[in-house]
Amino acid sequence: MRENIARMGRYTLIRVVTLVLAVIVAVYLTVIIANMGGEMDKVKKSQIQFNVALEVYMNEANRGLPASVLKELVKERAEAEFRRLGLDQPFFPRRSFRYLTNALSLQLGRAEFMTSDAGSRQVRLILVERLPSTLILFATAQLLLFLLALFFALFLSRRYGSFLDRVTIALAPSSAAPGWFYGIFLILIFAFALRVLPDGGLMAAPPPPTMLARALSILEHLILPVTAILIGALFASIYAWRTFFLIYSSEDYVELAKAKGLSSQAIERRYILRPTMPPIITSFMLLAITMWMGQIVLEYVFKWPGIGQAYYQAVQVGDTPVIIGVIVIYGYLLAATVFLLDFVYAILDPRVRVGIGR
Amino acid sequence: MENWLTRLKGLRRYPSLAAGVLIIILFIGVSLYTVIAIPYSEGIRLWRGGPGVWDENPKNAQPIWFDLFTRDRLARTIIVTGEDTGITRVEPLTDDINLVEIVLPFKYNYDGFPRELILFTTVTFEASHMPVTVSWRTPDGRSITLQEDRLLRRGPASYYISQDIELIAQLGNRLPHDALFADPEEEDRPLRGDYEIVVQAELREGDELSAKLMVAGQVHGVAGTDHRRRDLMVALLWGAPIGLAFGVLAAVGAQLSTFVLAGIGTWFGGKTERIFQWVTQVNIILPMLPILIMIGYFYSRSIWVMLGLVIALNVFSASMFTYRAMFLQAKETPYFEAAQAYGAGNFRIIFRYLLPRIAPTLLPQFVLIVPTFVFLEATLAVLGLGDPRLPTWGKVMNDAYRAGALYKGYYYWIAQPAALLMMMGVGFALVGFALDRIFNPRLRTV
Repeated sequence: MRENIARMGRYTLIRVVTLVLAVIVAVYLTVIIANMGGEMDKVKKSQIQFNVALEVYMNEANRGLPASVLKELVKERAEAEFRRLGLDQPFFPRRSFRYLTNALSLQLGRAEFMTSDAGSRQVRLILVERLPSTLILFATAQLLLFLLALFFALFLSRRYGSFLDRVTIALAPSSAAPGWFYGIFLILIFAFALRVLPDGGLMAAPPPPTMLARALSILEHLILPVTAILIGALFASIYAWRTFFLIYSSEDYVELAKAKGLSSQAIERRYILRPTMPPIITSFMLLAITMWMGQIVLEYVFKWPGIGQAYYQAVQVGDTPVIIGVIVIYGYLLAATVFLLDFVYAILDPRVRVGIGR
Repeated sequence: MENWLTRLKGLRRYPSLAAGVLIIILFIGVSLYTVIAIPYSEGIRLWRGGPGVWDENPKNAQPIWFDLFTRDRLARTIIVTGEDTGITRVEPLTDDINLVEIVLPFKYNYDGFPRELILFTTVTFEASHMPVTVSWRTPDGRSITLQEDRLLRRGPASYYISQDIELIAQLGNRLPHDALFADPEEEDRPLRGDYEIVVQAELREGDELSAKLMVAGQVHGVAGTDHRRRDLMVALLWGAPIGLAFGVLAAVGAQLSTFVLAGIGTWFGGKTERIFQWVTQVNIILPMLPILIMIGYFYSRSIWVMLGLVIALNVFSASMFTYRAMFLQAKETPYFEAAQAYGAGNFRIIFRYLLPRIAPTLLPQFVLIVPTFVFLEATLAVLGLGDPRLPTWGKVMNDAYRAGALYKGYYYWIAQPAALLMMMGVGFALVGFALDRIFNPRLRTV
């Protein structure tokens, strides 16, 4: 038992180290790209220089000063500004690493252009405002997807070859298109043609006065995006998992269990679900990861005020601190998703628990 | 070889495969046609537009086949040129001045109102300005002066009748293209029959005047037009080769590299394998779409740069794990030992024995991943990161989305490229799922 715990501890440690390294790589890559490998500094510097010069030359008090003094003044003040923003130090390696460590320790700093809805320039506050809506949408969709896919996959594996089964197989190619793609059609049909559901946003405007009404409004706004995500992934998942169940239910030990006269529920739980769970969790994990990424377009299409939208806006205006902030959050969320599912995997798969498989 | 043949013979049992293959062949055919009929540079030129390219197209016209679903005959675009159907009358006023009258007649037989009226004129003359009078004659004999003594400069000019504020006021605050066509007895229906627009000017000997009228239709072209008068057909056609090329190249590049690396890693084992595994685990957590978006905004939006990036980011994709499991199983078979015994080198074994052994299982995977990349291109385009020069399906959807096509009811604008994208995706998915069942016999039995 103690050995098991030690093994699991070691396994967990390795996973955590890998994930942390992955996050570091992702964030450092972002730091470099978002600063254009240091090129962004030049842009910022000349912008500051221009602003300072404008201020100095336009200042009534400086009128009549000789040109050389004015020039000196501009230089002095611009350099002070560079020092304040740390632009006087080279991007590689000092500052890029400082960006990295700051980002990883979630000291996200101040945004250059964007503000939070409450008016703050703090990147942390901008993102904290957006995070809940992203989590609501994503968690709802993921949970529904997992449960529905599992339920239908089991259901269909019992009714192999039935009409419903065939329909699901025929529908599996629908997952070739991503969720946002179906989102556009759903908006077209339900928001514009039938006018029964809102076309986007988090809640009705103006926000309803009571808590309950607000929650209901959010729920109403969740219907279309969640449906879009589900259509984009459900049928392929059902198809793949159904196949897993079918393969495992033709194993000899299942036949034996049947011969022993165990109830079909017990067989399903103990002999089919148990061994199929690890591969299913893995496939679900990969799906979840790709869907985290797809979140940006989905939020864009549904005008959902989440992290993805914030990221998109930040990239458009070149707001480096916000970009890095979002990638850090994404990195941590992805790593957390993977770690959590990995942990579930370890619990479900006895080979991992006792350290044979790896 | 025989094994493959028998497998291929089995294909007849899969109608979905045939359907998928048919769709893909269709798209390949369309792509070939497009690349030949509208060469790359021509496609770019047409899509960029500019003066003189799409002037004679209506804005946001529905596709022509919309006519089939409506009871009314929807208006089509009518273009009347002075040279072809116009009648030019010349009446001498004084010795060297003639009153020149160009009459542009046309028949209007539709149940809907046109969307816009534009009169294009070109004048060559000595003086700096030239007064021109434009008037309108309806089938029931009414005559309306649209403009009296409008001063025209030398060269080509466009008179946007639909946007003439004075005329709108004169017609009782009604849009000219509605009011000029309306039946006086039944205001909400256009009057059918022969219309005329008359352009009059006093020209000296040697001066020239030519005129052309465009009555913009409600429907235009097989695919309709967008907000910049561009024929959507260009983009719908060019979307096929670009989507195919991007999807297939990305799939080949990404999957094949992963496949080969997985083979090498598994064969050598030990450190190489551990490093590959670790890089993969890091790589699948890299946020691919955010990185692509960032590169698109900061560096380059060229579709080929994006393609290279997509491939690079997918070299160590999650398929590495799947392939590794397969290779591990295959490695156990005794003939690898035999190959080693006769002295085959590591890479000979990998490329001649190990990879070909698993290759058939790669095929369905490879086909199934194509739509992912086709839609990735569309995803980038919808976010405004499409190639700035090439017309693609995703870019049309982006244009439509930004111009509020859903809100304004221009459904064709979004639905057509979306339907094509879907068709391409489903084509590959159908083939992929069918191949999966054929090449993985374990699935066939269940």
